[in-house]
Amino acid sequence: MNTPADGLSVEKVHVWRGDRHVLKGVSLNLRPRQLLHISGPNGTGKTTLLRVVCGLLRPEQGRVSWLGQPILSVRTEYQAALAYASHEPALKGDLTALENLRFAVGLKRRVTAGELRASLERTGVGACADLPARVLSAGQRRRVALARILAMQATLWLLDEPFTNLDTAGTALTGELLQSHVRAGGAALVVAHQSLEVDVDMRRLELGP
Amino acid sequence: MNVGPLEAFALLVRRELCLSFRRPDQLLQPLVFFLIVTTLFPLGLNLQLSLLRDMSPGVLWVAALLSSLLSLDSLFKSDADDGTLEQLALSGQDLTVIVVAKTFAHWLVSGAALVLVSPIVGTALGIPTEAFLTMMLSLTLGTLTLSWLGAIGAGLTVGLKRGNVLLSLIVLPLAMPLLIFGAGATDRAISGTSSAGALYFLAALCVFTCTLAPFAATTALRITLE
Repeated sequence: MNTPADGLSVEKVHVWRGDRHVLKGVSLNLRPRQLLHISGPNGTGKTTLLRVVCGLLRPEQGRVSWLGQPILSVRTEYQAALAYASHEPALKGDLTALENLRFAVGLKRRVTAGELRASLERTGVGACADLPARVLSAGQRRRVALARILAMQATLWLLDEPFTNLDTAGTALTGELLQSHVRAGGAALVVAHQSLEVDVDMRRLELGP
Repeated sequence: MNVGPLEAFALLVRRELCLSFRRPDQLLQPLVFFLIVTTLFPLGLNLQLSLLRDMSPGVLWVAALLSSLLSLDSLFKSDADDGTLEQLALSGQDLTVIVVAKTFAHWLVSGAALVLVSPIVGTALGIPTEAFLTMMLSLTLGTLTLSWLGAIGAGLTVGLKRGNVLLSLIVLPLAMPLLIFGAGATDRAISGTSSAGALYFLAALCVFTCTLAPFAATTALRITLE
């Protein structure tokens, strides 16, 4: 299989967790202006696959490459280009929403408080910017995590169940943001149970047991 | 625009200090523990001042080691529990920078604070004021070394449910040279002889751990992140 030089490619990845063979030779390709929707029943390794793609988990076999290079050899560039949202919002309860964004996004790129506030406004939690994250509702926290993805200005979005806890408006907003990100030349890999309502070049990958 | 490692270090230290000061109870616990344990000794043993002076370096150092251990458990664990550690690991910054910043910030709020309150404890234990400088210097070197040893242990045990006991079992044996030479330096300063030898040894240990432990702790953390 030839590796596309302009995107992400995962080739025949195998992962074992103890005795369990979680990922059995999964391959995928993702290029700019594409969205890949990964679905499948619980326990089929969707989150594991996303962690492998991020580089948080090293696969026993197979390889993940970014722009034609293995991600381990271009780790810094790759991490600068990706924005990952795990299935938990990953916020510090004692920090305000704005501080959470500041300390997370500030490690990726130089960012002003104004930019961060703007992305919080965009996801509808601008009013919560100065509240500690622990007093926010689960849906609001999800929106703050979405604002973090937005503020990172990354080319590759890796989202794990981004619709959990979101209301209808929030679900629509997430879809809208995904759509504009992909249309602007980005790529996105989304793990979700529900179908995505976006009007972009979308592929599907169904993981089976 | 990319963020350099020094800038990232400064930002991370600010993050850690910010988090620590939002939780004053967790900040004060090890300090209060240190103060209480050291004041319990003279109360419980009903010693004469001369005897107390002989025992005080050991008491001081054992209390310092134990109180430093109290806060080590949460060094990486709280970030691992809420998922922010993954975000840090994927931030494009070298994991070593993250580990160094977190450990340094941890030392500032635990070790450095302990050094600052040590004159109070020293007075309570009857240590003469002439020995305070040596005591504080040895505690500075000792707590810094201990924070680094602890970072390795915390990196190894971060994935475990009840890792704090294991953490003590990993770190305390490694901390024995610190106890021997730290208490030794303080003891010599009290008796008025030169404590330079013990201090040099502590400084050597400190340099050794500060240079090598970041890599060990980073590797440990990387393994447990998977």
